Amino acid sequence: MSSREIDRIDGSALPLRGDNIDTDRIIPARFLKAITFEGLGDHVFEDDRAAMADHPFSNPAYRQARIILTNANFVSGSSREHAPQALNRWGIHACVGESFSEIFRGNSLAIGLPCVTMSAADMGPLMDLVERAPDTSLTLSLSDRTVTVDGQRISIAVDAAVRDAFLAGTWDATGLLLDDFEVVRGVASRVPYIRGF
Amino acid sequence: MGKTLLKKVWDLHTVRPLSTGQTQLFIGLHLIHEVTTPQAFDMLRARGIGVAFPERTFGTTDHIIPTLDQTRPFQDTLAEAMLSALERNCAEYNIPLWNLDSENQGIVHVIGPELGLTQPGMTIACGDSHTSTHGALGAVAFGIGTSQVRDVLASQSLAFEPLKVRRIAVNGTLGNGVFAKDVILEIIHRLGVQGGVGHAYEYGGTAVDAMSIEERLTMCNMSIAGGARVGYVNPDQTTFDYLRGRRFAPQGDAFDRAVSWWRSIASDADADYDDVVEIAAAEIEPRVTWGINPGQSVGVSERIPATGDAGTNGAVAEALDFMGLVGGAPIMGTRIDVAFVGSCTNSRLSDLREAARIAKGRRVASHVKALVVPGSRAVLAAAEREGLDQVFREAGFEWRGAGCSRCLAMNPDRLEGNQLCASSSNRNFKGRQGSPTGRTLLMSPAMVAAAALAGEVVDVRDAL
Ligand code: SF4
Repeated sequence: MSSREIDRIDGSALPLRGDNIDTDRIIPARFLKAITFEGLGDHVFEDDRAAMADHPFSNPAYRQARIILTNANFVSGSSREHAPQALNRWGIHACVGESFSEIFRGNSLAIGLPCVTMSAADMGPLMDLVERAPDTSLTLSLSDRTVTVDGQRISIAVDAAVRDAFLAGTWDATGLLLDDFEVVRGVASRVPYIRGF
Repeated sequence: MGKTLLKKVWDLHTVRPLSTGQTQLFIGLHLIHEVTTPQAFDMLRARGIGVAFPERTFGTTDHIIPTLDQTRPFQDTLAEAMLSALERNCAEYNIPLWNLDSENQGIVHVIGPELGLTQPGMTIACGDSHTSTHGALGAVAFGIGTSQVRDVLASQSLAFEPLKVRRIAVNGTLGNGVFAKDVILEIIHRLGVQGGVGHAYEYGGTAVDAMSIEERLTMCNMSIAGGARVGYVNPDQTTFDYLRGRRFAPQGDAFDRAVSWWRSIASDADADYDDVVEIAAAEIEPRVTWGINPGQSVGVSERIPATGDAGTNGAVAEALDFMGLVGGAPIMGTRIDVAFVGSCTNSRLSDLREAARIAKGRRVASHVKALVVPGSRAVLAAAEREGLDQVFREAGFEWRGAGCSRCLAMNPDRLEGNQLCASSSNRNFKGRQGSPTGRTLLMSPAMVAAAALAGEVVDVRDAL
């Protein structure tokens, strides 16, 4: 079983400034009270948007954005997959940030949403540009490890294993994990606490 | 060079290296609850896949349940739908579930150790970031997302990237009134909220060696708040004594054989660490967060940082503005509206005892709403046997049923407006406790009790 191969993501970008943005802000816990992920996109950053009239997620100029630009430690906090699900269902197909929390990166990988890093020195001007001209089109290429904007190539970093998983379409791990189930059984039979010591 | 516990457990559980460079790891214990699982079971059904090892998954209910009136169906129809989904899924796939009618019900990270399900050398996964808690018994425990819950159900394994190991040695003796909570808040403050990214934190040193399992659970619980995916303490005699006789612990001769294996999986004396950090226990004082992430804390005798101060873990101005606090002012004397003793960080018997010791014979300030919520039905029963519920009630605290309660906004226990809450929980993010403008000060349970009585932040050492 394999999933969609992911390499290039084209589209405009939404700049979301700030470090340590947490899961409770992306999707407040009251919206987790549901048994499906449907409709989560409507509540992205709901409380922040209510508190801040010019929040980028409320700005019509960014409504078509496919790539989110963020600063450090995006997204810290809870393990809720609802966070990348909400971003993805809103329309985001890739996250470019200065750094990411591990759980968020893992959860994003599991749903086919690449998170790649860019240096703060490159991120600052790119955010400025996108704020001046929200229509600017970006191309993220995982195979080239670049973001291209206005003909200029900015390098990005992405963990080699994660990049391979996107390029090969193996990011949805279930199939991979079930590939050789007898080996899983083998481990189960040698682990002392399952064998009964 | 010797090996760390992480390396030994990793090697033992390796199914195979994957073409992606990740490692497929066998998961020894999977814990589930109502919030992060309904979608995972639906994904399984959609793909026509079953549960591979239903006997290695256990369910409980904690996040959404009311702590006052638990009559079914719940008034909140969404909460009712989530619990019903968990009941249906566990029944369909033969997974044991400790529901509201069970004396084993409680917060997932409280009941795992309590029942002896959590054991040294295991790999443990749960769809909740505070799964790192279970590392207190020498397990390697990961918080996972819903798609990974699906993967564990389907294959009893997960794909992981390797972790580095940072040993954090806390040496010396903690002062009176200084607790495991203060130690972990100090660590996160020093190393930063993303200091642990890519790492497992191994806690050791003479101060950690001297801690009870419940104190170690508090430390490991908040590893994730420092960015570390995993936190653990090597198993030792304290661990073995804690596990002996627990329901799911090995019994009889098997227990002794288990102990020798558990000893063998602890980190070797000459283990190879990627990094070592040393902290002097005597320097740590009771800590209080003043900001909007768990790294933003000060010692109770210190002042709140001002904008521009060095080493303050993120944007000070934004945090002060949200919290309505004044940079440069002492944290002591900050007026509170609500006090909460509870959550998977600090809701065990020893936490309630420490809070009760402060509350005994005193009264909660008239403007404060104070709540004590045991982490499990077993903790609740044990506390009542000791009369702790009486101590709290007489002091003016409410005594509630077991659950996550006011740690997050998924049940009726929530902040209103911009209430300020002294809380023994683990997250002080904006809006975490239910009101978008609600504010949280994290501290130890004893500090929460002292603040409840005084109506403001005080130094618990003055109340001892
Ligand atoms: S007490 Fe809080 S942190 Fe712990 S499991 Fe419940 S909601 Fe999560």
